Amino acid sequence: MDSIGCQCIEESYSELEPFIAQYAGQQTALITVLHKIQETLGFVPYDLQVKVADTLGVPISEVYGVITFYAFFSLKPKGKYNVSVCKGTACYVRGAPKVLTALEKELGIKPGDTTDDGNFSLEVVYCLGACGLSPVMTVNKDVHARLKQERIPKILAQYGE
Amino acid sequence: MKLITLKVDNQPVQVEAGTTILEAAKKVGVEIPTLCYMEKINAIGACRICVVEIKGTKVLQPACVTPVAPDMEVYTSTTAVRKARNLTLELILSNHPFECLTCIRNQNCELQSLAETFGIREVRFPGENPPYKADYSSPSVVREPEKCILCRRCAAVCDKVQTVNAIALQERGFNTTVAPAHHRPLAESVCINCGQCTLVCPTAALHENDEIERVWAALNDPKKHVIVQTAPATRVSLGEEFGMTSGSIVTGQMVSALKMLGFDKVFDTDFTADLTIIEEGNELLHRVKTGGTLPMVTSCSPGWIKFIEHFYPDLLPNLSTCKSPQQMFGALAKTYYAEKMGLDPADIFVVSYMPCTAKKYEARRPEMQSSGYPDIDVVLTTREVGRMLRQAGINFTALPARDYDDPLGISTGAGVIFGATGGVMEAALRTAYELVTGQELSSLDFNDVRGLQGVKEAAVEVGSLTVKVAVAHGLGNARSLMEAVKSGSADYHFIEIMCCPGGCIGGGGQPIPTNLEIRADRIKAIYMADELMVMRKSHLNPAVQQLYKEFLGEPLGHKSHELLHTHYQARDKFLIPAT
Repeated sequence: MDSIGCQCIEESYSELEPFIAQYAGQQTALITVLHKIQETLGFVPYDLQVKVADTLGVPISEVYGVITFYAFFSLKPKGKYNVSVCKGTACYVRGAPKVLTALEKELGIKPGDTTDDGNFSLEVVYCLGACGLSPVMTVNKDVHARLKQERIPKILAQYGE
Repeated sequence: MKLITLKVDNQPVQVEAGTTILEAAKKVGVEIPTLCYMEKINAIGACRICVVEIKGTKVLQPACVTPVAPDMEVYTSTTAVRKARNLTLELILSNHPFECLTCIRNQNCELQSLAETFGIREVRFPGENPPYKADYSSPSVVREPEKCILCRRCAAVCDKVQTVNAIALQERGFNTTVAPAHHRPLAESVCINCGQCTLVCPTAALHENDEIERVWAALNDPKKHVIVQTAPATRVSLGEEFGMTSGSIVTGQMVSALKMLGFDKVFDTDFTADLTIIEEGNELLHRVKTGGTLPMVTSCSPGWIKFIEHFYPDLLPNLSTCKSPQQMFGALAKTYYAEKMGLDPADIFVVSYMPCTAKKYEARRPEMQSSGYPDIDVVLTTREVGRMLRQAGINFTALPARDYDDPLGISTGAGVIFGATGGVMEAALRTAYELVTGQELSSLDFNDVRGLQGVKEAAVEVGSLTVKVAVAHGLGNARSLMEAVKSGSADYHFIEIMCCPGGCIGGGGQPIPTNLEIRADRIKAIYMADELMVMRKSHLNPAVQQLYKEFLGEPLGHKSHELLHTHYQARDKFLIPAT
């Protein structure tokens, strides 16, 4: 939570609470609401998961299921630079596991985690829709194609501060 | 109603429009294999074991969700179908642990029997195994996620039947698993321990917490006086563990078998079911007379108790304060019975044979020690008792019938019917009517509260008062009744809730399979067992009368409050992890 900065969290909550409230009792609005939280905070914290479950009338097990199903949502604050490695079928057979290992080594974190300095987060996704460029990963909105493990340090260096 | 004619494996068949191919095939004697399918509860076409070939369509279709069409020609065992099924099975097995010989579901596993039926001799694909460990946190239900085939039957029951949603699909891809929110242990979730998931799990991914070794140890300890109580519903289901037809009444054989295992005394929970009627009946009359909280709701079913604690804590004052018959039995065994027999309660080991996994949890609730000891030492389910009897080599079906021991084995038909939905209500009405009016009932059968309808209602003239009652079984039905109570639209005096569909005969500890037809058979057997009893009204039970005279004094008296009544606690329904 540190990486988000303190006063903006409170502001975000005061914006999110009425947003969630307007969907009271509407179970089908789950993804819409989670989307807004993710966009605003960069992750979906536990207390808001409960708030969403309670307000919309959706079981908490389902809220958590949806968050963990879609790669878009995250349970921890993402880093300034979010690295999404594709492990879909095409990328997988063309070496995604090796790319992932290189990223884990270079960043010192596992998928789902964020570096201590809040700079990088790492996640695995299943298909970015760029199978022709496999293996592929994105760093925020930049696409990096036809990856080789040796190139990983250099790519990351572009973003390091 | 529109009828549709089609052919299944070249045999013509006529069915109603909207029927699935699966059902149509049954009519011509073809059983298409299924794994994820459960009628009305889980029809999602996920596992693909039921695929069939339809003339004129390019791809195979899942029979469980594909409706019939006019002049359809369905083929259920073509080479393409058989290849597809085998491939699907191989893929399911690709990350399944090959532990059949040491698995609790060995020889009663749907995946194992499909693999056998389809002659799977090798699995060509080594799959990636999910990273989840077994969860032994719950006293009732064990989760072994690595045995899960993701059929979703458990999640469907937990959602659609019980509306608890303790477990649901989490994560994605190889990491997909059925688990509580935030991967919390079951014991720290809203799981109400009903075990309905264990009845529908095709493998051993969800199963009862097996505690038979603790009972074997007690039986082999010469210092222990080991007694057992048998719940009403057990006498109509234990036979199924030995291949008997569903609905066989095996009361006498069950008593024989338990004596052969070495129990010092075999007693009957029906005795404390009768006692419950006296205590609960008086509680209801007291509430009606003094303007207490109504409707009063029964408290026999521990799954229901945890459900109301999580989801309707505002309604806790509506619950009867009576302990369940199981717990009343335990409290009396270590006080009244100990005194009578001149035994030190520390040496008495009370085993409770229940159709229920939630009873294991109930027995461990901290407030259930009013005798100064844990009132119940171990709870066994029907599946565990079946296992013990097989281990002992007892030829169950050939046993002669024997009688329960005195005095905690004396009971009435009113106690027996506690095992079926509506039974507690009927037993209460039989007694309330006669105690209030002083007249004998002309017919003891209250048919309005019997049967498998989700919510049942009745109005009964008891003297000058018209008593309005309702009965629900399955927590989805209980939930709708509680919503009505909460909104003030229900003016009942008394409500019976049983956690499991069909009542205790459909409990989560019962033999596998337990389905709708089997539930109906067991219910029929319960009412037959009631009719076979000499006494059918709780207040006429001489052992209960003697208990009040010798020990308790009067219903709702000081000793009753100490030993037979309890309290409840509100629980959170979200339970977020501590950070």
